[in-house]
Amino acid sequence: MEFLFVLGIPLLGGLVLALTGHRRVAAEINAVFSLLTFLAAAVLTKRIIDDGPQRFFDEQFFIDSFNVFLVALTAFVGFTTSIFSRPYMRIEHEHGRLTSGRLRLYHSMFQMFMFTMLLALTTNNMGILWVAMEAATLTTVLLVSLYRTAASLEAAWKYFILCGVGIAQALFGTILLYFAAEKVLGHQGSALLWTHLDAVKGQLEPTVLSLAFVFLLVGYGTKVGLVPLHNWLPDAHAEGPTPVSAVLSGLLLNVALYAVVRCKVLADGALQSNLASLLMMGFGMLSVVVAAFALSRQKDIKRLFGYSSIEHMGIITFAFGMGGPVANFAGLLHMTVHSLTKSAIFFAVGHAAQKSGTQVIDNIRGLIKVSPTVGWGLLLGSLAILGMPPFGVFASEFLILTTAMKQQPWATPFLLMALGVAFASIFGKVQPMVFGDTTVKRLPHPPALLPVFAHLVLVLVLGLWIPPYLADWYRTAAKLIG
Amino acid sequence: MNAASPYFGQIINLLAAILLLLSFAMLSQRRILSLIDLFMAQGAVLCASTAVVAYATGQNHLYVSAGITLLLKVMLLPWILHRLIRRLNVKWDVETLINIPTTMLIGIVLVIFAFNLALPISQLAGTITRSTLGIAMAAVLLAFLMMITRSKAVPQVIGFLSMENGLFFAATSATYGMPMVVELGIALDVLVGMVILGVFFFQIREQFDSLDIRHLEQLKDD
Repeated sequence: MEFLFVLGIPLLGGLVLALTGHRRVAAEINAVFSLLTFLAAAVLTKRIIDDGPQRFFDEQFFIDSFNVFLVALTAFVGFTTSIFSRPYMRIEHEHGRLTSGRLRLYHSMFQMFMFTMLLALTTNNMGILWVAMEAATLTTVLLVSLYRTAASLEAAWKYFILCGVGIAQALFGTILLYFAAEKVLGHQGSALLWTHLDAVKGQLEPTVLSLAFVFLLVGYGTKVGLVPLHNWLPDAHAEGPTPVSAVLSGLLLNVALYAVVRCKVLADGALQSNLASLLMMGFGMLSVVVAAFALSRQKDIKRLFGYSSIEHMGIITFAFGMGGPVANFAGLLHMTVHSLTKSAIFFAVGHAAQKSGTQVIDNIRGLIKVSPTVGWGLLLGSLAILGMPPFGVFASEFLILTTAMKQQPWATPFLLMALGVAFASIFGKVQPMVFGDTTVKRLPHPPALLPVFAHLVLVLVLGLWIPPYLADWYRTAAKLIG
Repeated sequence: MNAASPYFGQIINLLAAILLLLSFAMLSQRRILSLIDLFMAQGAVLCASTAVVAYATGQNHLYVSAGITLLLKVMLLPWILHRLIRRLNVKWDVETLINIPTTMLIGIVLVIFAFNLALPISQLAGTITRSTLGIAMAAVLLAFLMMITRSKAVPQVIGFLSMENGLFFAATSATYGMPMVVELGIALDVLVGMVILGVFFFQIREQFDSLDIRHLEQLKDD
């Protein structure tokens, strides 16, 4: 029942807001729907923790400790983003950057986007997973081009074409997966159910599955933003409205990575080699290094953090590539803290950019004087994402690095160097933004900073002390991934 | 499989060959309206081959797939594209970034590559259509090439849709089609994607007074 609500509420929200999204109360309706989704997800999570993995509707949906934690995270960040977007989008509307019609589109698509992500997370059918990922692309294309400026149209077009082509590769991978599964499970609808595939993964044809995994990794990897398939990501993050950047970075990348990990579990079972691990480590490492060096060249604050997302997704992909209980645990933890921190940063950046009227780093100065809370939010968020103790990112990166030293010693110098370069680039750019001199007047409106600090406090708590039930939960999930 | 299956095998191979020829024709076509007609023809061939596979193997759900293909790719999508072209008033010739003979030569190399890639998998397949997997893969790659070499938005989208055709053909030839619920989902995605793109074309035109995507190359890192 809770499960039905988790999927039903955002879908209903999308429909309701398609009719009422232009009204003044639309932002509140959006927040209420997101809150209800979050509550349903929380109840569902409790039930899964108590009763173990569950299947719904003739096994079409499957929830275990791996995806339920992502469902909870997605619903939570979706909720805080809707709180942030309430004043943010209202101000954009008052500044005349958006008409009421586009506000309606925004609200409706926000809920539909949440729906597609939750569908992708909970479905048991690898084909439906693909359909939901493609639908998530479609709902966000119009969000990225919401301002209808030349740059935003370009970003949205690039996003659509690159992700469309990428995800077509994933469809081919899915066809190959079905082809291999059909030999074992017979020609029927259930042959694409992940739980069924997982049960017979040892008997799947290795040559077909290795080819299938390559296509699936390239396909979903495009959506994760893995180098060299990452070109859409910085553009889409920079040109879309800030709440969209926050959910793209914080949630969509996670969901795409979730799809990759599900495929890796199957590939690992079928292949005798460690091809899947090697590919994921290779792509992950390449993303970390390329993104770290791209950071220093960025002039746009949202592009900067877009590249930072590529870097962190690379780290997580690398961790899952290494595999084993510790690396998987660290990967899951990093997914959580990155998602919370990065969305918090985008909230702070959104306010800073809105106030300064620009996203160009050189033109945003002295945030601490103009609005101390925005300034501190951005500074603390940046420190957290750069892996400073005592924030949670430090804990997960430390675990990943130490595991890498033990299992893949060659990788450690590259990782350390990339983290160092990233620190120098991001801190060097954020520091003058926060402390520099400014002529801009104080903010006329109070920014919605509750989500920023709520996220940062959570990240801090996760860095200092992971509650035992949460640690258990991560451990079970890490074991599932293998 | 019934006694007439060698003939069905021949018919499917013939249709696959036509599909590949149509892919090459799209690659070399300069006029946008002819491009849409070719896309429609590709959809029709796809529909016919799916129906033949359905009849030959008794996989009844493939008739439904064939029906969806007919509705979506032969009727609805070409109609939407024609309407878009009319309303956007872009009937002029398509410019290519690489000249057409060179594109065709690259296309031939891609076909050889696709056949080599598909060879080990087709040997594993037990379907009567297995020899066509290479063609399906070639069609996907040719559509991809078309997307790369075209500089206008509409031909790029036709390339994208043609790529989807190739994938659909791969699904029929390797596995007798995906489960129904997945196929319906894919069809819905394609349709919604097309509608969103339609909206998008108008936005691009409004902004740049043209559908040339070379305008869309301003975003750079520095």
